[in-house]
Amino acid sequence: MKFFGKTKIDFIGKRRIAFAISLVIILAGIVSLVINKGPKYSIDFTGGVAMELDLTPVKDGAQMVKVQDIRDALTNAGIQDAEIQEIKGSEGKQFILIKTQIMGGMKDKTSTKVIEIIKKEFPDNVNPETLIRLQEEVGPKIGEELKGKAILAIFWALLGIILYIWWRFEFTFGLTAVAALFHDILITIGIFSILGIEISLSIVAALLTIVGYSLNDTIVVFDRIREDLKLYRKEPYGSVINHSINETLSRTIITSLTTFVVVLSLYLFGGSVIHDFAFAILVGVIVGTYSSIFVASPLMVEHFNKREKKLGTRSKKR
Amino acid sequence: MRNRKIRGLVILVVLLVTAYYFLPMVVPNLPSFWTTKRLILGLDLQGGTQIQLEVDTSILPEDEKEDAIKTAYEIIRNRIDQFGVAEPLIQRVANENRIIIQLPGLKDPSRAKDLIGQTAMLEFKFLASSEQMQETYETMDKFLQENIQNYEFLEEFTDVEETEEVIDVLETEEDIEDESYDNAMIFTDLTTSKDGNPLKIDYKHIAKLKNLLKDPQFLQNIPTGLQIALGKSDKNDPYSARDIYILHKKVEIDGKSLENAITRVGQGYTAKDKGPYILLEFKKSGAKKFKNITGQNIGERLAIMLDNIVFIAPTIESRIPDGQARITGNFTIEECHDLVIMLNAGSLPAPVNIIEERTVGPTLGSDSIKAGILAAIIGMAIVILFMMIYYGLSGLFADIALVVNVAFIIAVMTMLEGTLTMPGIAGMILTIGMAVDANVIIFERIRENIRAGKTIRSAVDSGFNRAMVTILDANITTLITALVLYQFGTGPIKGFAVTLSIGIVGSMFASIVLVKAIFDGLITNSAKDKLSI
Repeated sequence: MKFFGKTKIDFIGKRRIAFAISLVIILAGIVSLVINKGPKYSIDFTGGVAMELDLTPVKDGAQMVKVQDIRDALTNAGIQDAEIQEIKGSEGKQFILIKTQIMGGMKDKTSTKVIEIIKKEFPDNVNPETLIRLQEEVGPKIGEELKGKAILAIFWALLGIILYIWWRFEFTFGLTAVAALFHDILITIGIFSILGIEISLSIVAALLTIVGYSLNDTIVVFDRIREDLKLYRKEPYGSVINHSINETLSRTIITSLTTFVVVLSLYLFGGSVIHDFAFAILVGVIVGTYSSIFVASPLMVEHFNKREKKLGTRSKKR
Repeated sequence: MRNRKIRGLVILVVLLVTAYYFLPMVVPNLPSFWTTKRLILGLDLQGGTQIQLEVDTSILPEDEKEDAIKTAYEIIRNRIDQFGVAEPLIQRVANENRIIIQLPGLKDPSRAKDLIGQTAMLEFKFLASSEQMQETYETMDKFLQENIQNYEFLEEFTDVEETEEVIDVLETEEDIEDESYDNAMIFTDLTTSKDGNPLKIDYKHIAKLKNLLKDPQFLQNIPTGLQIALGKSDKNDPYSARDIYILHKKVEIDGKSLENAITRVGQGYTAKDKGPYILLEFKKSGAKKFKNITGQNIGERLAIMLDNIVFIAPTIESRIPDGQARITGNFTIEECHDLVIMLNAGSLPAPVNIIEERTVGPTLGSDSIKAGILAAIIGMAIVILFMMIYYGLSGLFADIALVVNVAFIIAVMTMLEGTLTMPGIAGMILTIGMAVDANVIIFERIRENIRAGKTIRSAVDSGFNRAMVTILDANITTLITALVLYQFGTGPIKGFAVTLSIGIVGSMFASIVLVKAIFDGLITNSAKDKLSI
């Protein structure tokens, strides 16, 4: 079976359009980031309390708990501004997500306090064995540290990649690949900001995974470009690179498809814990595939054309 | 030909090792020579609590810091061992004053937190006399009145009207004429419960008092030799008002004199004699000291304090010669049990702060496993079907490589005693999608070669050779990011990085070495001039 025979799509010729599309999406993300004053960080980075409680009625005739009632109960006990949300559980179950800041210090055990309040106020909905599904309390110090570590991780990963590609290809290939990665990360963070999804530790892991995936994709195309540039010495850069993209297109699409399908399966069936993580990678697979074709390779064309103006080696056009 | 033999041998060994470590997961009854190692599930999958502690050594001299951390580690290990959780893991973070504790299967972390976080500093101190108490109150009221601008959170107590009633309750009428009492009595007010009990603080005001007791300026102004302390909270009614004590700073006896602590349950009828209590037994020297102190101070009240909280402050009625003391109070049996553990394990050399705590309940853990397996099976089934349809027989080979790869990841994790976490499962699922990539690259090359008119043999060979460079470059960069993730990640993220790394190595082996071997066998044996690809 075959989806594509030999394709001759003019990707390079349309690169300006692609650049414009990318720019618009990135700008939309940046606008959202500015409006929301930076990304929305989870308690992993800000410190705080997050918990998921099972408040499925346990006594006969007991009702599901209303979110407003929980808010009132917490406010009365001095825990203000809690973020309370009902999350979709299995049928007939009621799972509640509560997020709040740490009241006082870690010593004052805000999370324990919240649970005591819930136990006291909603006894008909509490089975002590199953009440706590998730309970996290992260001190501000840890949050700050993790932020630093996350930034360092991204820095080292990008540096390692530039160095490796520099060694295997040329410095510009490395730079271009990293530029494409920034493009992917910016778009993903932007989309997260627009949709109001929190950046947690696992999202940072997802971002680095996107980096790895997108790069994988880009390198396969670059590898072909390197090969083709040697093969077709007389052709203009634009058409050689366009040829390389077309040659690898079938592989690009198929791999993206298989990866997309498994991540989609993870997103749909993988459960609440992994939901945002899967979503980030889902976005990353699309953006990463797009960027290898429409961003990384065309940027190489721009670079070669510029160099050519200076040195004047290959024939022009495009 | 010799190369092929070596390759065959390598494949055989890898497959055998994979089977050895993977099979226990799917086959329940294996012969006894089989490995007993099993894949370890992370706390996020099996449920449990992880607590990260920081030993606060800032007050200790430099040369005692390291010892303090080691002692703290030992004491906490002792406490946890006695607490009775199966297979706890207690680790010191290398070169840092941090300790990580993992308690699998724990459903409610609050008891564990109490047990771990308390210094368990046992002290016996005398209560201040009523004159000293009065002096303290007057001083503190005056101090707060004069410095109210620094204590905005006490503004609600600056209302003079309300104060009048309190004065009556305190029976300090003779002082009313005193000038300063025309003003508000902020401290008195703060430490008077809403039903008018002096020396009791309402639950909602406790945080404010704690803030005051942390404030150096406030502490400095307490009359010399005295201190203010909170009474114990009632576990049965955590929102009730708590006692306030004014006592002497001097420690009469401390935990070092303690020989043993035991939980007892009183059978008496009066509230005092009923319910669980703690029996303290002193060492010989401690018993002697205790005898002297009780003998010389009959009629005084001696407070028994744990971590600066007064548990009970009984009046000494007679000399106590046998070196035994009881701590009674509104205890629950668990509370008694935990206190006894702490008393016996000794007090921590420095305060220990919980800086991070994560609990996953058993229901969420098992939900995650089920969901992860479901997602993996569905994703894998689609990829396998797709590869078969799109690449025919060759696709089937790639599928074999895929299945081997998944088994390989699990086998290596089991062998290295790594921990499988939810992000780890995600990493595995992601690998399923990306593992076929190597074969896709190879197959597309072979197709190109065949289109270009090459023979099957040379199309396959050059396809594999050319694709190899691409695959290596692409995978090594992914490996770089995985290694960085491992380096910086904590717990779950590390798990993700590990499965991803093993998956990358495994997929390269499976799709390049294994699939090439199958191709070679196929082409040599049947001398085909057609290839299903």
